[in-house]
Amino acid sequence: MVEHRRFGNLLPHLVLLAGVAIVAFPVYLAVIASTHDNTVIANGQMPLYPGSHGLETYWSTIVSGTGKTTRAPVGGMMLNSLIMAIGIAVGKIAISIISAYAIVFFSFPFRMTAFWTIFITLMLPVEVRIFPTYKITSDLHMLDSYAGLILPLIASATATLLFRQFFMTVPKELVEASKIDGAGPVRFFFDTLLPLSVTNIAALFVILFIYGWNQYLWPLLITTRDDMQTIVIGIKKIIDVHDALTEWQVAMATAVLAMLPPVAVVVLMQRLFVKGLIETEK
Amino acid sequence: MANVALRDVRKTYPGGFEAIKGIDFDVGDGKFCVLVGPSGCGKSTLLRMVAGLETITGGEIDIGGRIVNQIEPAERDIAMVFQNYALYPHMSVYNNMAYGLRNRGMPGPEIESRVQEAARILEIGPMLERKPGQLSGGQRQRVAMGRAIVRQPKVFLFDEPLSNLDAKLRIAMRVEIRKLQRRLGTTSIYVTHDQLEAMTLADILVVMNGGHVEQIGNPLDIYQKPATTFVASFIGAPPMNLLPLRSDEIKSQIESGGHGAGEAGLLGIRPEDFVITSETVAGGVALNLTVEAIERVGAETFIYGSRRNETQGVAATPGELPPGEVIVRIPGAVAPAIGERIRAAAPREKLHLFSADGRKRIEL
Repeated sequence: MVEHRRFGNLLPHLVLLAGVAIVAFPVYLAVIASTHDNTVIANGQMPLYPGSHGLETYWSTIVSGTGKTTRAPVGGMMLNSLIMAIGIAVGKIAISIISAYAIVFFSFPFRMTAFWTIFITLMLPVEVRIFPTYKITSDLHMLDSYAGLILPLIASATATLLFRQFFMTVPKELVEASKIDGAGPVRFFFDTLLPLSVTNIAALFVILFIYGWNQYLWPLLITTRDDMQTIVIGIKKIIDVHDALTEWQVAMATAVLAMLPPVAVVVLMQRLFVKGLIETEK
Repeated sequence: MANVALRDVRKTYPGGFEAIKGIDFDVGDGKFCVLVGPSGCGKSTLLRMVAGLETITGGEIDIGGRIVNQIEPAERDIAMVFQNYALYPHMSVYNNMAYGLRNRGMPGPEIESRVQEAARILEIGPMLERKPGQLSGGQRQRVAMGRAIVRQPKVFLFDEPLSNLDAKLRIAMRVEIRKLQRRLGTTSIYVTHDQLEAMTLADILVVMNGGHVEQIGNPLDIYQKPATTFVASFIGAPPMNLLPLRSDEIKSQIESGGHGAGEAGLLGIRPEDFVITSETVAGGVALNLTVEAIERVGAETFIYGSRRNETQGVAATPGELPPGEVIVRIPGAVAPAIGERIRAAAPREKLHLFSADGRKRIEL
């Protein structure tokens, strides 16, 4: 900063704090609500300090399920979500890194056609191609399975483009030095390119994990069994109950639990993430 | 140890552009060959063809008695040092050097001893565990050389290895490369655009221009007897003065030396071959110059003189100087004043005559 006046930073800090409060207050509210009894929340006068039912609520939400709504415990849903999110993130990275490798480092007929074909799929997210994709998934008997949740989502033009841009900055002499050092294409990929891509992979993993975790429409369509549900759908189902009081404390606990893994991924990979997005030195 | 032979080597790109137009030369066992030429003359392409990084579209390249046209770079038994070093950024210095050996399935202890030996020779022992990013330019250069040395190849290939270094370091590394090459006795091909590097390093100098060879030979021979005006102006700094020979004073001076200038159309005189004198030089050439500019660099002084009044209406020469301008190099820092008239003379044996198109040298 240029200026270092004593109160010079006061206004920016106030603005930032206000921003943080706006973002964090609903989260705080969810955490607080999850520790109160259902009736306290339902009468509309929920206090802004923690209640005494926290442990009990989380225990029943995660492990035993909620008796009144006969819903499956959230623990299983979290596991499903985790498998799906990791599957999508890893799958997307694996597929796009090898496609980018092919496009950048090899010359074959219709190379640019292949590139543009991948590029064009940016215009075709799941929501657009949902019927054909559903039909194929159904024909392959992948409904209500992890494969069905993951595979249709792992083609990624964005990740391919990102890797392509990164690979194009790798000096061609590095490829040539590898050739002279007796490393073939596979060796070059694993010995040189992959280690150089670690920060990019980490950054992409964070983004794609969250993308996978937040999937709603696709899991909603292809999962019908309770034990295949993901937590994002679970929240919705807990809120929608008929002829009974919505168990808001459970819904809030579920929402809090649904937030935790993405937050954990971001926190754990923050350093690599930032490095991956800003680093230019090769 | 091996010799390298190029026989009518050609490179035509798919678009039809001919980058290398038939090159023949031999590099004897243990010799240091330097390819020199301006940007885009094909010298790097030629080196990369020897390395196997570019396909050969015509002719043959022979390394150690084996035609390597169809052989993969890794199988050619060469090692290459790149301009930007091309070290693996994620590997330690040790692994950078060991990588190629491991890929060949060499046993661990052998790799260890070779890397340690190379590190000792290049004085990079304390840096073996560091990453290239933590090294200075000169140190990276050494690691790149180390990576070449550990392979114990038949041929070293250098692609402008010093051009990323600062001037001082460049000179130091130049001397070291030469010493190292003498010591290891490995046949080397070195590409540079710097004529000083070329002169100081080469056993065999290959001057290239526009995809073909202008002249091959011992550097001093090339300096003393350039075959074309291109070589004459490229080798030596500042470049040789090239003066058109017409029916003027210069021509009559040469002819009065006893021999006819024949078909010669251009006269070349190196700046360092002039002396400033008032006496006549028998058989030589003397020019009357007006001093236009002076550059003092300490040990020597460059005088830019013009013969404008004697060269009315003369067209530009194939050389680099504007018509009528002559560079004279004199030792020391004592120089005439700007605007002064001087007489610069060169003895007969220092004159170079070329045909009018500059493609042919004519012996006086």
